[in-house]
Amino acid sequence: MSLSVDISHSQGAFRLQAAFESPGRLTALFGPSGSGKTSLVNIIGGLVKPESGRIAVDGRVLVDRKAGIFLPRHKRRIGYVFQDARLFPHLTVSQNLRYGRWFTPPSERYADIDAVVGLLGIGQLMERRPNLLSGGEKQRVAIGRALLASPRLILMDEPLAALDDARKAEILPYIERLRDEAKVPIVYVSHSIAEVARLATDVVILSDGKVAAAGPASEVLQKLDLLPAGERGEGGALLEMTVAEQDAGHAITVLRSAAGDIRVPVFGGAVGQRVRIRIRARDVIVATQKPEGLSALNIVAGTVASVREGEGAHADIGIDCGGQTVLARITGLSLRTLGLRVGQPVYAVIKTVSFEPGTVAAGLNGEHSG
Amino acid sequence: MDWMALSPEEWTAVRLSVKVALWAMIGSLPLGLVVALLLARGNFWGKSVLNGLVHMPLILPPVVTGYLLLLSFGRRGPIGAFLDAHFGIVFSFRWTGAALACAVMGFPLLVRAIRLSIESVDRRLEAAAGTLGAGPLWTFATITLPLILPGIVAGMILCFAKAMGEFGATITFVSNIPGETQTLPSAIYTFTQVPGGDTGALRLTLVSIAIAMAALVASEVLARRLSRRMDIE
Repeated sequence: MSLSVDISHSQGAFRLQAAFESPGRLTALFGPSGSGKTSLVNIIGGLVKPESGRIAVDGRVLVDRKAGIFLPRHKRRIGYVFQDARLFPHLTVSQNLRYGRWFTPPSERYADIDAVVGLLGIGQLMERRPNLLSGGEKQRVAIGRALLASPRLILMDEPLAALDDARKAEILPYIERLRDEAKVPIVYVSHSIAEVARLATDVVILSDGKVAAAGPASEVLQKLDLLPAGERGEGGALLEMTVAEQDAGHAITVLRSAAGDIRVPVFGGAVGQRVRIRIRARDVIVATQKPEGLSALNIVAGTVASVREGEGAHADIGIDCGGQTVLARITGLSLRTLGLRVGQPVYAVIKTVSFEPGTVAAGLNGEHSG
Repeated sequence: MDWMALSPEEWTAVRLSVKVALWAMIGSLPLGLVVALLLARGNFWGKSVLNGLVHMPLILPPVVTGYLLLLSFGRRGPIGAFLDAHFGIVFSFRWTGAALACAVMGFPLLVRAIRLSIESVDRRLEAAAGTLGAGPLWTFATITLPLILPGIVAGMILCFAKAMGEFGATITFVSNIPGETQTLPSAIYTFTQVPGGDTGALRLTLVSIAIAMAALVASEVLARRLSRRMDIE
């Protein structure tokens, strides 16, 4: 799977000029509001015609203005999950779900209705009309409807933005399952690091209509200065780990990877399950000697892999812990006091309680193509 | 209650009126739908001219509309002569002419209702249908048309009601021939012109009121059922 985009487009005074390639199963388009995320997915989905440029999915050219190619949206076979669901009000859930299937050539239908209904847990809604569904149910039906058209790519434009936290938590696992179980790549628009860190294999950061960074999620989310200002504090390292032990007595789950053990507040997963955690850079303390008498439960040994001084008081220290990088944001003052250099052995200290719900999530399953 | 019983001539007028109104309504629907679509969605030179033309019968005195029809669709009028020579269709002094006059008078009401409902359709739903593989025609047939159905029904009822009451254009174009072009309003008018015609006029007036009420109630029930079926989110 690959998505290749190189387009430019003007809307009034706003200019979108984006070029990136993504091989990932779930590519997050990430940026503050007004950065051009929705315009970009509208262009990929064929709702907007770009002024110039080229878009290809798996080598199939959808748009090439120079060559005079512009595939209309109904021929692109790109599913679109809109922020506002956009279910057809005059059709039942079942009819909504089957709508796109009808227009798909039988030889290209790979989505099975029973499997999708089961995956999204919408079996008991089938005969209802959209006006009788809750926001979370609508969004699940909208995802199913897009999937059942057997698309080659699914676009999701902030599908959770209109929902409260409880509804978000209800839908996120379904999107994770979609990423892991359906054979269709996803482009996911979001302005929330928590969602991106949880879901994305690859991230494209948009800023003022331009691509500020693009690449694997674990690398891009460490470029704190490129993250949207309001979300910078949420940025940090992504670590892939497995559940090693459940300490029910202390309500703690022990996670393990080459980096060592990390204890997080109890996370309902079976031993051996893969887990992805986000360690916010601002939650990490750097020590040059192994600290003692600390309340913090996680003291991970590593070596300084990178030092990047910011423009303000802060500096970002990348610490290599068994092949995975933990990012620490400390002050420039501490950097100089401790005399940190690349290659120096250090300890990263992380409080267990700094892992809030949403920073620990089910990890990527299956073959990792990104 | 003997005075309530309609005479055979009066029954003829009632039947003719209903026939004329139904034909006016059904006959103008396809063109009305196309014109409403053009006005709601189209972006072309002369759109305001078309809009003005459609609404003209609403503003002009009905007698003027009827006279213009007589000039163009009459036996010696350019369109009337052509239709007579090539298709054998004659409008002047026939019930078909009454239907044509009623259709022209009801057309602006039909177009207006349909146009408003098209404009209120959420076009983002049509975009969503497109991403699911539906081309423009399929999108229209499966999304737009069902969503504007209440508007179409409302427009048809309005057109029917207008046709039932049409008088000026009809009498100017096709005169007032009992059994051929004498609709309810013409018949009532005739009764009021002769001594002792009051009871006849009153009977037909009551019939008019009954038909109008029935049409109104039918449209209310239909519209409510349709809109309940697709309560917009």
